[in-house]
Amino acid sequence: MDTPVRTSVDLIKPGIDRWLIALYFLLVLIGLFSIFAVEHRPGEDVWYNIWHLNKNYSRQLMWVGVALILALGILLADSKIFPALANLMYVFGILLLLLVLAVGKDIKGSHSWLVIGGFQFQPAEFTKLTTNLALAKYLSRLDVDFSTLRARLIAIGLILLPAAIIVLQSETGLALVYLSFFLALYREGLPGIILIIGFSAIVLVLSALLVEKHILLMIFSVTAALVIYFMRRSFRRHPGRLFLILFIWGFCSLFVMQIVPYIFTHVLKPYQVSRINVMLGKEVSQKSSYNVLQSKIAIGSGGLWGKGYLKGTQTRYEFVPEQSTDFIFCTIGEDFGFLGSVVLLGVYLLMLFRIVNIAERQRSTFSRIYAYGLASILFFHVAINIGMTVGLAPVIGIPLPWMSYGGSSMITFTMMLFILIRLDADRQRILR
Amino acid sequence: MAEFHQPRRKIIQLIFVAVFAVIAARLFYLQVVEKKYRQLANAQAIVRKLIYPTRGIIYDRHGHVVVNNTALYDLMVTPAEVKHLDTGFLCELLGIDTATFRERMEKIILRNSRYRQSVFAELLPPDIYGRIEENLYQFPGFELVERPVRNYPYHAGAHIFGYIGEVDSATIKRSQGFYQPGDFIGKTGLERSYENILRGQRGVAYLVRDSRNRIQGSYAGGMYDTPAVAGRSLYLSLDMELQQLGEQLLQNKIGSIVAIDPNTGGILAMVSSPTYDPNELSGAERNKKFSRLFTNPELPLFNRPIQATYPPGSTFKPVDALIALHEGVITPQYGYDCRGVYLGCGRPIRCTESFPGHASNLYNAIAYSCNSYFSQVFRFIVDKERRPALGLVEWHRYVSDFGLGKKLGIDLPGEYSGYIPDTAHYNKIFGRGRWNSCTIVSLGIGQGEITETPLQLANVMCIIANHGYYYTPHVVDSVEGDPDFYRRHLVLHRIAANVSDTDYDIVTRAMAAVVERGTATIAAIPGITICGKTGTAQNFTIINGKRVALKDHSLFAAFAPREHPRIAIAVVVENAGFGASWAAPIGSLMIEKYLRDSIATDRLPLLNRITQANLIPEYILEKKRRIDSLNQVRDKAEARHTAMR
Repeated sequence: MDTPVRTSVDLIKPGIDRWLIALYFLLVLIGLFSIFAVEHRPGEDVWYNIWHLNKNYSRQLMWVGVALILALGILLADSKIFPALANLMYVFGILLLLLVLAVGKDIKGSHSWLVIGGFQFQPAEFTKLTTNLALAKYLSRLDVDFSTLRARLIAIGLILLPAAIIVLQSETGLALVYLSFFLALYREGLPGIILIIGFSAIVLVLSALLVEKHILLMIFSVTAALVIYFMRRSFRRHPGRLFLILFIWGFCSLFVMQIVPYIFTHVLKPYQVSRINVMLGKEVSQKSSYNVLQSKIAIGSGGLWGKGYLKGTQTRYEFVPEQSTDFIFCTIGEDFGFLGSVVLLGVYLLMLFRIVNIAERQRSTFSRIYAYGLASILFFHVAINIGMTVGLAPVIGIPLPWMSYGGSSMITFTMMLFILIRLDADRQRILR
Repeated sequence: MAEFHQPRRKIIQLIFVAVFAVIAARLFYLQVVEKKYRQLANAQAIVRKLIYPTRGIIYDRHGHVVVNNTALYDLMVTPAEVKHLDTGFLCELLGIDTATFRERMEKIILRNSRYRQSVFAELLPPDIYGRIEENLYQFPGFELVERPVRNYPYHAGAHIFGYIGEVDSATIKRSQGFYQPGDFIGKTGLERSYENILRGQRGVAYLVRDSRNRIQGSYAGGMYDTPAVAGRSLYLSLDMELQQLGEQLLQNKIGSIVAIDPNTGGILAMVSSPTYDPNELSGAERNKKFSRLFTNPELPLFNRPIQATYPPGSTFKPVDALIALHEGVITPQYGYDCRGVYLGCGRPIRCTESFPGHASNLYNAIAYSCNSYFSQVFRFIVDKERRPALGLVEWHRYVSDFGLGKKLGIDLPGEYSGYIPDTAHYNKIFGRGRWNSCTIVSLGIGQGEITETPLQLANVMCIIANHGYYYTPHVVDSVEGDPDFYRRHLVLHRIAANVSDTDYDIVTRAMAAVVERGTATIAAIPGITICGKTGTAQNFTIINGKRVALKDHSLFAAFAPREHPRIAIAVVVENAGFGASWAAPIGSLMIEKYLRDSIATDRLPLLNRITQANLIPEYILEKKRRIDSLNQVRDKAEARHTAMR
């Protein structure tokens, strides 16, 4: 894998990764056909609809066209331009986000859209690209040592700045995506303990939400007491451990007893609380669980083999809300069943592995970090999007890359991928 | 550096695989393990729609269509699709005001959502349908949908055919889901007794609907659909023209006519009067018309030929004669010296005739309908045994044999059995051994506790005409697509007491004499020998808590022609007086119509006189006037209410 086979037939552009190109077109096609399946009714003139852009699938086709033109431009560009423009684009991205705060438009409860000449555009999607570039650019600088706290804080700051602005735009879901960059940072040497702490924090939050807090307090206390009892001999030599344990116990207790209730009552909006509760199965509010229930019905009714293309009833007849955008996976689940769903997961996994392999073969740090950043974002999107359609993740409304209907997402992900393909094609030339 | 981070690459890849594996496991649970989602999806998206077959057609004995289906139209509306509606114009066409229009629309939207099609106006009369159809293009969102209803081209035979109506909840429950609310089912008459032949087989179509309940087309290309099978036709023994004549003769009278073909048991005509046009209960406003019929004191919904029971009066005498002859208690030459009253039991029993010799033998006794003669004969029968109790048991056995006191099993619902008192009955009233033949002597002349339906009376005529057997009376001769029906349907009953042909000949001769020279000469038709017997039955009613004797019922039972009987008939005209005055000429005209296919010109005045006669008792007319005026008030109030809005 690390030594790509180059043939003389490769006339289009030497060095581009044909695996990624193939997987990309496969996913785009699956996406187009899925949106088509949602909207198409027997007897309709498909070509007329495509020509008149009056259906989501025809508009999506247009966005694919736009994205491909941009991709072609990227492939024709010099790969040095990406690190060169990274910081500028990052600043541009932040300015766009701020502009949205000022003049953005409210669509479906989020203040994250710019409307330019009839087209809606979501800068929060676009800044994933700029943030990734800037992060790669910063960490690949020769004077930056990522093992220093300062470099780490700056890197984290680069990530959290756009995320914070996006939270202000009420697009918490898209903001959470930025957390996925921590996976790239981990690859670059961020101590694993941070990931573990992060993971533990998630477990702690979940248990705080799911289990009665007094029971949790008892569990914490008993655990702490047992640990102290078994470690009592080592305290004489390492008195700090006792304090550490007591500190962890104290923090966990405080977290469960005070912080979580405070966040729920003061920080999160009621609909967010409700969504989390629905996800955890604590609440069966008809309104907020409707989406997830319909999504589960659609996917679950697909069975092992699926109902067949264009034969799904739930996804085609408006039972699942946001069918073409956030819940596009339901079409696969219903029409192609468990087997089709697993194949789609496999395609995404193949792509992720391919990107990781490509990342590892880069000589330039910039390219490697960029590739890991892309893999992380992609992974987060796929896992959370499909996770929410099957009721494993809260409905935070992030698209399924290259499949969900929407121009901003299609263009951003296409550009991100083709920048990687461009960088990879030139990996022999870029030294940094 | 890269080598140092190799484990981290593996860890990241492991995280990818782990998370995707969790998702795949979840998908496996949702799609393969858990079955409820498929059911939920089907419940949401798939509609099971019943397709109603057309109901079977009914033909009379000559192959005329007597019940068929015609299409009326419902005006349907889908509120969400209504655009730029000229409400005023539509209301004008429908004959309603805009307030009613708005009210109906609101109700429809509340009940059935904006996106589903609902009935806006039901069963439009043809003229309104025509006007709306012409202008329908101006009313987007409205549609005319065909709805089959029953149609009766002869406007007759209402009680035989019965009617269909919406199925009630008890039937729905009993049918274990076969019938559903809103389904139509035969409620009475043939529609009810042949419901499962006439209704056909319902089809099922599976349709897909969207989240707003709009139908999107057939499910799986119609793979699971079953087509509807039309209801099968019925072929009746009924002669529709005869039926019409019967209804004409009985108009403005209360009574019934039953005509049976004695060779098959097939009903030729069965008139219940007063009647109604069966079309009234199938079109628009059927509920209102039904309630008017229901409250009418003349009881037009009551199927008198099989549900009304009358004392047979003198029409019972031929049965007496047959029993007596067979038991050997009299010979045809036996005579009784009647002088207009029977005194054999102390209290006098009046006889209609008083000239000497009118009961000089059995023939005369029947021809002149002598009460004294048959009181005596009845006493002979009862007193033949050691005790009257045993004698009555014997008599009861004979009478039951003649199909009296029990249901004959006609293929129409609601048949009554009539009543023949037996030994137990009198033991209960008078005490064991404390009654004798004199106590119950009125049974001999068909009075007292004995009652029978007109159908049973006609059936007795069949037995005499056939010399000892009858077929279970039936309206339906054959059923489309069931060649065995006839065989299963035609049930022969032979009279257990083996009354000899000679005895039947004697009684037949006597009954011929009734028409030739006896009480029913009015019924005579030149060229046809009718064997008949008149009857006059006393009856009472309770008006304002008092038992009041009403004018006698006029009865006539006959069969003809004597040689090869083709029609047996029973006519009852309530409160019309002597049997000879009304029932006999009606029976005669019916026989003439059936055997000759038309009424002779010289008999047309008789026909007209009967047709025009109004014999409904005053107390019923009085009640009717009261209810009619109530209805008028109600109609006026309704009209005013509509006008005000």
